[in-house]
Amino acid sequence: MRQGEHMLNIGGLHEGVVLDHIPAGKAMDIYKRLKLDKLDCQVAMIMRARSNKMGQKDIIKVEAPLELLNLDALGFIDHSITVNIIKDAVIVEKRKLNLPKKLVNIIHCKNPRCITSIEQGLDQVFYLSDPADEIYRCVYCDEKYHSSKK
Amino acid sequence: MRHCMSPLDFTVEELDHMMDLASDIEKNPDRYSHVCDGKKIATLFYEPSTRTRLSFETAMLNLGGKVIGFSSAQSSSAAKGESVADTIRVISCFADIAAIRHPKEGAPYVASLHSGIPVINAGDGGHQHPTQTLTDLTTIRAIKGHMDHLTIGLCGDLKFGRTVHSLISALVRYPGIRFILISPEELRIPDYVREDVLKKNNVPFEEVIRLEDAMPELDVLYMTRVQKERFFNEEDYVRMKDFYILDAEKMKLAKEDCTVLHPLPRVNEISVDVDPDPRACYFRQVQYGVYIRMALIMALLDIPESRQFLGDEFQACGKEE
Repeated sequence: MRQGEHMLNIGGLHEGVVLDHIPAGKAMDIYKRLKLDKLDCQVAMIMRARSNKMGQKDIIKVEAPLELLNLDALGFIDHSITVNIIKDAVIVEKRKLNLPKKLVNIIHCKNPRCITSIEQGLDQVFYLSDPADEIYRCVYCDEKYHSSKK
Repeated sequence: MRHCMSPLDFTVEELDHMMDLASDIEKNPDRYSHVCDGKKIATLFYEPSTRTRLSFETAMLNLGGKVIGFSSAQSSSAAKGESVADTIRVISCFADIAAIRHPKEGAPYVASLHSGIPVINAGDGGHQHPTQTLTDLTTIRAIKGHMDHLTIGLCGDLKFGRTVHSLISALVRYPGIRFILISPEELRIPDYVREDVLKKNNVPFEEVIRLEDAMPELDVLYMTRVQKERFFNEEDYVRMKDFYILDAEKMKLAKEDCTVLHPLPRVNEISVDVDPDPRACYFRQVQYGVYIRMALIMALLDIPESRQFLGDEFQACGKEE
């Protein structure tokens, strides 16, 4: 089978970012978490595309500069996602994601005893306390964040 | 500028130096009686804790400084809805250092982010109470002469007792420490302490139910209160409560140089007949609490007399962001 023979093709991107190798079915979640609906640009979402590597995958194409995407949020959601940076319709860089050391306003502390539950205007900040087990803790109260994927 | 949010904010070496300073304060109190002349501590207590507040205030008064503050949220602007961030900005104009007790976890940390003066966490909910841990460590070192190669028994409510969790986290940094954790099944240490602190650091520990079984092995016995309301039923409480009451009879099983500590207040978990025993050190512990708070205030205010113990680098290496 030639590569791309069964791929669904969406119009090529001239300038922007392609998020590839998103686990199938997760694109909508990423769309929301990256707040792509707030960006004034074209976004194409391809769901359950065939993939040699993954069987099925999701892809998001965003016609916006990389700076507008929260890579920390993306790294937290899934650091195996590939970030392709497109300039003049060609991939100029493939950016690898890391598990971010710090998350700001991406997840919220659920500890009712935490100061974030009463103090107005505080950023929700989590730090990576255990990279091996991908455990994040609230910077204020050390409450563990229970991620749905773990 | 440095703050004190958790006992782990300081390296083992820094803690050692701070305890050296506390020890010198104990031996030569007059040498330090004016080192904080003209300085003020603000004790911002959003919930009552007379013992801790008085210890901080005594520490500052012993150093020649003065004290301002409030002792409940009702008597502060918090009652009017002022944020912790705003309160500390205002207090920074009045005082040179602040000690904050707050029922919400992380409140002192929020204060430290907006403060123009060093902030000490004087207890935030069930989260941290670093100066209690510094007190415990100082007492152990002062009485034992060292912090390493000790068998430490922690007895009572090990599930909800933040002093116990904090003390374990601080002690695992010393070599040769072994724990015997004595508690009813319902009040055993939480999983995160067992897994993330003890097992991860390869610290030997065993969990037992009866205090008598552990007594002969202990170099230090740290008692805490077992509250009746923590038990699932009255029957269990009645069956077990005597396991966790230390009395003169049980002290017969202890080593001659066993050190008995308690964060206080005591209710009935240590019988008063233990008080005259020279191994009962819980009231000395209160005194060491004042010395180490004096040392901490001096260190955070960068008082020149503290530098010979802490070195110039103490102020330079703050908490990693």
